[in-house]
Amino acid sequence: MRERSYRAAIREALLEAMSADERVFLLGEDIEYAGVYGVTKGLVDKFGCDRVIDTPIAETAIVGGAMGAALMGLLPVVEIQFADFIAAAMDQLVNMVAKYHYRTRTPLPLVIRAPAGAILSTHGSTGPFHSQNPEAWFAHTPGLKVALPATPYDAKGLLLAAIADMNPVLFLEQKALYNEKGDVPEGIYTVPLGQARLAREGNDLSIITYGAMLSPALRAADLLDGEVDVEVLDLRTIVPLDKEAVLTTARKTGKILIVHEATRTAGFGAELAALIAESAFEFLDGPIMRLSSPDAPVPAAPELAGYYLPDVNEIVTAVRRLSAY
Amino acid sequence: MDKETLLDWYRQMVLIRRFEQRSAELYQQGKIGGFLHLYIGQEAIAVGSIAAKAEGDHVITAYRDHGHAIAVGADLNAVMAELLGKQTGVSMGKGGSMHLADVSRRYWGGYAVVGGHLPLATGIALAEQYRETENAVLCYMGDGATNIGYFHESLNLAGVWQLPVLWIIENNNYGMGTSVDRASAAPILDKAKAYGMNGEQIDGMNVMEVYETTQDCLQKIRDGEGPQFVEMITYRYEGHSMGDPLRYRTKEEVEKWREDDPIGVLERHILDEKAADQEALEAIDGEVEERIEAAVQFAEESPLPEPEALYSGIYVEA
Ligand SMILES: Cc1ncc(C[n+]2csc(CCOP(=O)(O)OP(=O)(O)O)c2C)c(N)n1
Ligand SMILES: [Mg+2]
Repeated sequence: MRERSYRAAIREALLEAMSADERVFLLGEDIEYAGVYGVTKGLVDKFGCDRVIDTPIAETAIVGGAMGAALMGLLPVVEIQFADFIAAAMDQLVNMVAKYHYRTRTPLPLVIRAPAGAILSTHGSTGPFHSQNPEAWFAHTPGLKVALPATPYDAKGLLLAAIADMNPVLFLEQKALYNEKGDVPEGIYTVPLGQARLAREGNDLSIITYGAMLSPALRAADLLDGEVDVEVLDLRTIVPLDKEAVLTTARKTGKILIVHEATRTAGFGAELAALIAESAFEFLDGPIMRLSSPDAPVPAAPELAGYYLPDVNEIVTAVRRLSAY
Repeated sequence: MDKETLLDWYRQMVLIRRFEQRSAELYQQGKIGGFLHLYIGQEAIAVGSIAAKAEGDHVITAYRDHGHAIAVGADLNAVMAELLGKQTGVSMGKGGSMHLADVSRRYWGGYAVVGGHLPLATGIALAEQYRETENAVLCYMGDGATNIGYFHESLNLAGVWQLPVLWIIENNNYGMGTSVDRASAAPILDKAKAYGMNGEQIDGMNVMEVYETTQDCLQKIRDGEGPQFVEMITYRYEGHSMGDPLRYRTKEEVEKWREDDPIGVLERHILDEKAADQEALEAIDGEVEERIEAAVQFAEESPLPEPEALYSGIYVEA
């Protein structure tokens, strides 16, 4: 066992990809210096500022520019400082990046990394513009892949897979997990995009989740040990979606609780619920339930922020309600 | 400048500085969370320029927004309460430090997405032009914001439509850890020319100069000369936000800028002009201290928002 933090795992993936392949380079704001969450710290010392490139504050130019470089056969890895700010590059992403291969059959090996999600401390959150979970925007745009690693192991393996992938990949790092530690093997390995992981086996009820909600889901399952035998499926990527894994667990337990940090309405949970309802209806023993953040912006006030995110207790309560069917 | 005005500016600048210092302490005590961007070093800009505006003029800025809120006269208690996430805050605790506003004073607020408020400033100006008023918009931004697309589209629009906007660039030499010369291909002032605008560069550490220039610019706008552009050279003494280890600049550089401390510059001017003596200034410092402490007390004693507040204000209620 080789323990590394989620943050260090991502840095290692960048370091190893850059060491292995000169075409890999980084673009982003203040990344030479370390980046806001310290992910790229020290990389400039190893690779120089020709490969760890600080940009002006210009998200459209960063994403569009990286797209151009990718079309030329380079392998850019962009850091957008906060996932919220991808909105400033949305046209390039949705209209240019996502549809280029469709139009021209030219590979577009572009990775966009961005920290997503809220960190709620007792002191409050980073508020409505630095805390969002925008994965559904991208899942709704054919042509993009979307990864949301939940563990350090997956963070490294999925990022290396994303860099090797010839399609544009949104790699949404989970702010709440940067300091979480876990097993991270040395060297290059990949976790395939589109392969969910059964994080816990169980027979009574399935929690389907991804990203920062995996860990509270597993804790809730542990708390319910002996009461409800909970299975936990970590999607790892929502595009491509491992439909087989979703339907397999749905058919197995017949009770589905979907948990994600993003807001509820038209969140990715709705898509999962629809998929299960369409393809595994006859196996269901209860309503497909969702637990998410409420349909509200992320509040700055600590008091309100405390009510915002789904937590272990809410998951336990929801599991009990569903298992009563 | 008359004595009363000078002392009023001094009072406001010290008020902003002490507010910021106190906020930093509260942050360190864990009473303020999220991001906190201090205005220390840049006080002359908000105070001098807002002093020059007419009542109908508008103010809009980025996330480094406490100084502007205080200078427009927003309720100090409510501003402090917002930082502490209290129900009594200017945004009911839901915006926090970066998203202050006081629409009743035409302070449209602070915005956390760099440059995101510039198109909005053009829209406000368009509405004033449409209604054929004399009102103008004072739109503030950092040097870093001059590199994002919003800036170029907004300046161009203001230029072609001759909108009543005064673009105020608070050039504090850095956007986070990136110095201006590493982020801007051309001197910032040249960007005004690109959109057919009058541009000026001034000392943003001198409140008198800020005031006079702003007044001139607003007059030109009201005389029909179209949008104006001022680059105010300044410096932030503290980090970009709390917890910035400041590895990108030297102590010597900071010390050099401290010689031009905007409050020090004004204080020397007041004493030289004999507008007041040291004792009178100290009396103002004491008054400020009391106001700050009252605001902290108000904020600390204010109620927390109720959980239902999570959903309030997302839509206009019927
Ligand atoms: C669109 C967008 N990209 C990146 C950021 C992150 N960010 C916040 S402040 C900042 C630097 C801005 O510098 P400047 O405009 O000079 O303002 P200053 O902080 O110096 O007042 C950056 C990059 C952001 N808030 N919005
Ligand atoms: Mg700046």
